[in-house]
Amino acid sequence: MTAPLLSIEDLHVSFATRHGVVEAIRGISLSLAAGETLGIVGESGSGKSVTSLAVMRLLDRAGRITKGRITFRGEDITRASRRILQPLRGAAMSMIFQNPRAALNPIRPVGLQIADVLRAHEPLSAQEARARALALLEAVRIREPRARLDAYPHELSGGMCQRVMIAMAIACEPALLIADEPTTGLDVTTQKTVMDLLAETTARRGMAMILITHDLGLAAQYCGRIAVMERGKVVEEAAPRRLFGAPQHPYTQRLVAASPTRDSTVASLVGETETEIPAAPPLPAPAATRGGRLLAVRNLVKRFGGTTAVNDVSFHLESGESLGLVGESGSGKSTLSRLICRLIDQSSGSILFDGAEIGALPARNFHQSLHRRAIQLVFQDHGESLNPRFSAFDSIADPLQRLAGFGRTPALRARVEECADRVGLPRELLHRFPHQLSGGQKARVGIARAIACRPRLLVLDEPTAALDVSVQAVILALLDRLRREEGLSFLFVSHDLNVIRMMCERTIVLQTGQVVEEGPSGRIFAAPQAAYTRELLEAIPHFEPDVAEAVGV
Amino acid sequence: MSATLRHAGYVLRGNPVTLVAGFGASLLIVLAIFGPSLVPHDPVASNVPNALLPPSARYWFGTDQLGRDVFSRVIAATRLDLLIAASAVSLSFAAGATIGAFCGYVGGQLDRWVGRLVDVLMAFPLFVLAMAMVAAFGNQVENIVIATAVINLPFYIRFARAEVNVRRNIGWVEAARASGNSHAQVVLRFLLPNILPAMAVQISLNLGWAILNAAGLSFLGLGVRPPTPEWGILVAEGARFITTGKWWLVTFPGLALMLAVLCFNLLGDGLRDILDPRMRT
Amino acid sequence: MAVLRSIGRRLWQRLLASLPALFGVAVFTFLLMRVLPGDPAVFFASGPNAGQEEIEQIRREMGLDKPIPVQLVNYLADLAQGNLGRSMSTGQPVAADLERRLPASLELTLCALILALSLALPLGILAALRPNSLIDHGVRLLCTLGVCMPTFVSGLLLIFAFYYLLGWAPDPTGRLDVFVSTPPEVTGFLLVDAALVGDWEAWIAAASQLWLPAATMALFVLAPLARMTRASMLAVLTSDFIRTGEALGLSRRRVVLVYALRNALLPVITIMGIVFSTMLGANVLVEKVFSWPGVASYALDALLASDYAPVQGFVLLMAMIFVMVNLVIDVLYGLADPRVTVG
Repeated sequence: MTAPLLSIEDLHVSFATRHGVVEAIRGISLSLAAGETLGIVGESGSGKSVTSLAVMRLLDRAGRITKGRITFRGEDITRASRRILQPLRGAAMSMIFQNPRAALNPIRPVGLQIADVLRAHEPLSAQEARARALALLEAVRIREPRARLDAYPHELSGGMCQRVMIAMAIACEPALLIADEPTTGLDVTTQKTVMDLLAETTARRGMAMILITHDLGLAAQYCGRIAVMERGKVVEEAAPRRLFGAPQHPYTQRLVAASPTRDSTVASLVGETETEIPAAPPLPAPAATRGGRLLAVRNLVKRFGGTTAVNDVSFHLESGESLGLVGESGSGKSTLSRLICRLIDQSSGSILFDGAEIGALPARNFHQSLHRRAIQLVFQDHGESLNPRFSAFDSIADPLQRLAGFGRTPALRARVEECADRVGLPRELLHRFPHQLSGGQKARVGIARAIACRPRLLVLDEPTAALDVSVQAVILALLDRLRREEGLSFLFVSHDLNVIRMMCERTIVLQTGQVVEEGPSGRIFAAPQAAYTRELLEAIPHFEPDVAEAVGV
Repeated sequence: MSATLRHAGYVLRGNPVTLVAGFGASLLIVLAIFGPSLVPHDPVASNVPNALLPPSARYWFGTDQLGRDVFSRVIAATRLDLLIAASAVSLSFAAGATIGAFCGYVGGQLDRWVGRLVDVLMAFPLFVLAMAMVAAFGNQVENIVIATAVINLPFYIRFARAEVNVRRNIGWVEAARASGNSHAQVVLRFLLPNILPAMAVQISLNLGWAILNAAGLSFLGLGVRPPTPEWGILVAEGARFITTGKWWLVTFPGLALMLAVLCFNLLGDGLRDILDPRMRT
Repeated sequence: MAVLRSIGRRLWQRLLASLPALFGVAVFTFLLMRVLPGDPAVFFASGPNAGQEEIEQIRREMGLDKPIPVQLVNYLADLAQGNLGRSMSTGQPVAADLERRLPASLELTLCALILALSLALPLGILAALRPNSLIDHGVRLLCTLGVCMPTFVSGLLLIFAFYYLLGWAPDPTGRLDVFVSTPPEVTGFLLVDAALVGDWEAWIAAASQLWLPAATMALFVLAPLARMTRASMLAVLTSDFIRTGEALGLSRRRVVLVYALRNALLPVITIMGIVFSTMLGANVLVEKVFSWPGVASYALDALLASDYAPVQGFVLLMAMIFVMVNLVIDVLYGLADPRVTVG
């Protein structure tokens, strides 16, 4: 075997923080051959991004390589000076980042930014650089490349910005491209086109790529070899088929089990880690027997200024049912959930809850309605959904005091503790403030608050989107159990089709404010009717060996 | 509460400047209350034979053209200066926070207009506005307070408005509404406690600015009149003698002004660190 | 070309939007005159012994016997024709007085602004590039102390140091030494006028009078400008697109000067409006300290003599300058930031 393109030996990185020195990377060794594609997967805090920044030597002032060696093309760059690094960066190794719009200079035309990279490494005139930039924009398949040369990042979509970013990164034909969560925050269909472009470009130019992601499916589909990181260490490294087919390390096993697939169930996600959950009865849930129409939405329209966010949407929800709302950004799913929660007023249309027209009561007076306590909401970002000045106890107690007539009595404490128990939040955490809780704990507080007043309908707005997969699995299992035990109905909003399939009996697919498809979840996922639904489903990356094989990796 | 105190202690240990500033501010308040009864000489009685003496053991800060002790006059002026600044800032805080929080929460057309008006006002030469107001309402101390309060008002409105605006659609405000809180409860129980720390910082910084403004007005001969001891007037009286080298008349009241403003500014910066809940562990 | 058209449209919209503000200030100054103690007619009468009849006649002539709305309309009509009334103390039309004295104030303010910017920007940038270095601590100390220093005190202390102790500055009164002949007036800016006719003796005399008050005023705005520059430069330097530039091997020079600095200057441009208007306010204090024959000292003298027409004129003039400065800043910002759209 020839010398590797990049090798990392026993790398240690630590950060100086307010609470002393924190070791982010604790001795990892990786190597990458020319033209190879390596995936690094892990949850937040695993150190995967720090690894990539350390390789590029882009750690900020607080971060320091304390031990180990990084060798690139046989040259030790662990302590190389800027004079040595600058010609390497962009020309021999380059990087693309998460959140492409922020990664581009907001006040410089993208054509010039590409030209800047070219001219940093090659002696080109402005015209030559412009011509090359145009060719690069064509190479990353941007429509109307000539016009886009003079566009500013804010005039381009997120997916287009990432294409520009790719054009900049490959401009000088580097041997190594590091992609740090390149598609996080992009819609699933955009993700597919961007990733296909990346894979094709690196393959055609013989570039090696390191793909850093939290998404096992993405890594499996686009990488020849995958390293799994946990708390600063590589715990397992193998080809995707071996890794996901027969994970060896317990952490990998947990991670693989927790990631939703096309045939996983809520119970299977958690695996054996949360044994107290009784084996879930197969879907659909028994609630269907209870019957009765809980919610009926007719011809709902919401306009903001000139744009129509929700355009003539009608659907209904049976008592005890779980209904999924699926759509990409801009589909109006969040607006719809807020309309039904009566936090904002609709432009027209009606909302019948339990036979009563709640849409007639203005949202600003809805807190006085008797139905307020029956419709509750669980938010996407649990950090933002808790008042920073309220302890967990105060947050859960608030709706009880407002809606259920509890005073500051022992009964209130008893009910809050009961709710905490229901959601698996240890009672000793009740006095803590949000910033002292982990993401999963905050999610539990948010759920406890929502179920405190025994609502009948729970609207869940991407309740697990901001969580790591292992936490997501636990929260999904919790929600599923609560639904059965408390007799709740769910309106479950998500962009993640696998999550919707597991959690909901019926699914509605939204696109630009309109319903494109509606039906039982099983049918929609097995035999989608609408072209858009098919496109969505095809864009989901899968890591299961059999499926990956079928796709042809 | 004890957690807050512990955190304050932690921040102060790492940031002794704030501690010193807090100490300085307390000293100023003590001087404002007891100063006039502590001074070694009568701050207004003239003693012409001792006119324009440089600083000495007897007259620490020297004497002015009428032989009055500059040290006593500087100390005695603390009360008036702090009183003007504190009243002006409380007035503008009370009015500005209310208007700003209300507009920020209600949003819509009203908010947009108020926002635009405030932006226009803030860019206007406010000191000129204050001068014009004192001229119009009459040359009295109360009018200095009103003028200073009015020119501070846009800052509070803008501040409260911006702080409420970014939180208006945040998750926990929506959650509060879903939990059945009325709008008044949302503003009073949720939004105001969350913006108060930032407001406290603003108040502290504004106190310094108000002191400078009030002193500037009296330096010009507006508002407070001689022989009342006031830092701005002391500087104005000393200005006539600066070209002949009588530096102490200007320097000491000027230093007093500067130190007072410095204390409140540093205190404001320190408060920002203490009250930021994200930095608490 | 599209950029220029967009800026032109924006300029026009801003101009229209500022009309209500100007109108508001005009009404405000009118009301100010109405609540002022004393009867303007009495002031305008020939003397303190003027008879009741004479006062009544003046009142009729001035339109003061008409209802207030009518008076307001008359007042606004006068303003539209550039008639700001007459000053009692100088006996001249206020508009003429202001016109004569405005160049002095503008020359002082602009010089101070240029001085402050040329110091504050490099200091702020250097401090941000080397956080926690000696220069950073120095700049932070300067910023902290700078905002605490009252202009009138720093002006007087500068006089003490540079005139009394060192003798580097001339007698701090006025724009030009009495023994130096004034260059023929073209722009009213002494430095420009003297340079135009090549009268370098007058130029040096004017500059030596100017530098002390200009430094005083520059000191006043140096701190906020340097602080803002440092803060925004620090924020920009940690932003994602700087990391992109570094990751793709752009030179340090290019990253700092083209990528970081241009973005960091945007917030500085936005606060320039506020900085300029605080300078207009500080002008009053500085002109008093240095006996500078500008519009602010004119208005102040009038104010202390209960001569209100010049004060009104001054406030209106400030409002107009303020509108114009904000338009200029808008144009600058529109050129600097492509994200700004009309509206």
